[in-house]
Amino acid sequence: MRRSVVAIFLCFVVQVAWGDLKIEITEGISGAVPVAIVPFGTGGGTEPSEDVAAVIAADLARSGRFAPIDRNDMIQMPTSGQGIRFGDWRILETEAILVGKVLREASGYVIQFQLYDVYRGAQLLSYRISSAENDLRRAAHQVSDMVYEALTGERGAFATRIAYVSATGKGEQQRFRVVVADADGENPIVIANSRDPLMSPAWSPDGRQLAYVSFENERSEIYIQTLATGERQLAGSWPGVNGAPAFSPDGRRLALTLSRGTGNLDIFVLNLVSGRLTQVTWHAAIDTEPEWAPDGRRLYFTSDRGGGPQVYEIELGSDKAARRTFEGNYNARPRISRDGKSLATVFEDRGNYRVALLELDSGNLQVLTNGQLDESPSFAPNGSMIIYASEAGGRGILAAVSADGRYRQRLTATEGDIREPAWSPFL
Amino acid sequence: MRHLNLVFLGMTTLLLAGCPRPPEVPPDPPPTEIPETMDSGVSTGTVSAPAPRALDPFEDPDNPLSKMVIYFDFDQSTIRSEFVDVVNAHGRYLARNKDKRVRLEGHADERGSREYNIGLGERRAQSVRRMLKLQGVSDAQISTVSYGEERPAVEGHSETSWARNRRVEIVYR
Repeated sequence: MRRSVVAIFLCFVVQVAWGDLKIEITEGISGAVPVAIVPFGTGGGTEPSEDVAAVIAADLARSGRFAPIDRNDMIQMPTSGQGIRFGDWRILETEAILVGKVLREASGYVIQFQLYDVYRGAQLLSYRISSAENDLRRAAHQVSDMVYEALTGERGAFATRIAYVSATGKGEQQRFRVVVADADGENPIVIANSRDPLMSPAWSPDGRQLAYVSFENERSEIYIQTLATGERQLAGSWPGVNGAPAFSPDGRRLALTLSRGTGNLDIFVLNLVSGRLTQVTWHAAIDTEPEWAPDGRRLYFTSDRGGGPQVYEIELGSDKAARRTFEGNYNARPRISRDGKSLATVFEDRGNYRVALLELDSGNLQVLTNGQLDESPSFAPNGSMIIYASEAGGRGILAAVSADGRYRQRLTATEGDIREPAWSPFL
Repeated sequence: MRHLNLVFLGMTTLLLAGCPRPPEVPPDPPPTEIPETMDSGVSTGTVSAPAPRALDPFEDPDNPLSKMVIYFDFDQSTIRSEFVDVVNAHGRYLARNKDKRVRLEGHADERGSREYNIGLGERRAQSVRRMLKLQGVSDAQISTVSYGEERPAVEGHSETSWARNRRVEIVYR
């Protein structure tokens, strides 16, 4: 099902349902827990618009932690707890079973479901959620989140979205787009479309806005676009460079990179409420790519003040930046994990550019990816996975790796290059 | 990109003109028939001399003004010695022609992070700008923009491609 968006853009054309992403799991699922996600019943009504159980099974498989049983191997297909014959499922060595129904309601659907621990025969969850007519897929992702949390103790991130940049065509046909899709790559919606480069999509903490850089006026400028309406405001159009927008955790400020016509890049914070601009770095080096610490009082950023790009940290209001990366000649574009304890960076590893994870306390650095031109890491809001830009077959693709490096996936577009992924907050 | 037309025109002229043959000249008119006359005087016909054609310096491959792209070493923004004449030639031209303006478009190769590469492109554009100003070009005549790695001149993932993407393009407006 494609979700259509009615929006009014300034100078941009909306395209709906453009270029699905294809996902493949490239590594992992050894040690994944076998679970049964039984096809949901319909109570005899018309077929719902989504195969809810299939969406849930795909979500859980994609996390790398679960191995859903193939439907063809299911001995029975109960749609409620009373119908489950636990003995049968124990033979299949399933550890958990999810059963349910998707029922029609006046304004849309109701999903009712139960999750059981197979070995103890104990119910873990019993729930009903409603959804609007065309929101069934999102409701299925919400069920995945609840199942994931019940089984792992961690919050799920299946009902989230990703933004990314797409580049297609050459010469006069070249087009750049900012796309927003579900976290599984479905329902891609083009929110900005230009003949000139678009860069650096960044989510507001409430998930309602995206900031991005656009060259549509023959120079870099920063726009903030409201997703529901398509309206956007010009947030940064100082002379020279306007780049690397980042919303503060409270959503009221935007960190950004400006040169203000001096030719020197520094980091600034723009108060989105008052319009006041504060300069944060004052160095002749390239200072860019600000990332807020979770406390909203410090910024991590890239600076080459020490010779080559490294990650530094500065407390707002102070003028002393502390270097945080000491391994390797190149560390850039820091992204902080949810718990504030690790930084993902673009790291140069013997001529290859890869995503590395730095544990801030210990200083331990682990290289997580193995490409040649990997960049743009972004954490899932539950910290379980890192999505990043990579390359395969000469084309730009997205890839995701679990935070411990054990599970990998790849997301490829049907045409062109995709890059600069940004994972939304919890929605 | 508007300035590419200028480069293409320059290259086409190069192909047509050859190197280093003088420019094409119209063929000499055939000698006038001299009628036999009883007159013992000698008539002479005239042959027109080839008129020298002045080449537009921007299209003259021998003129540094025809070069519009400055290339840089990896992670560097210093102008290499082989490009100093080129930048200075544009500088002198602009200093003498105060009504002319240029935009310096800075670029980086694709390696590493994108916003940092915007910084590298800007640094390179500023480098060319400073050198132009030393020749007397005024601020009002120069604007800069950095595209980082977003507008490569050449596709490809090898040093050969990267070297051709680390550049500043001088675009007359």
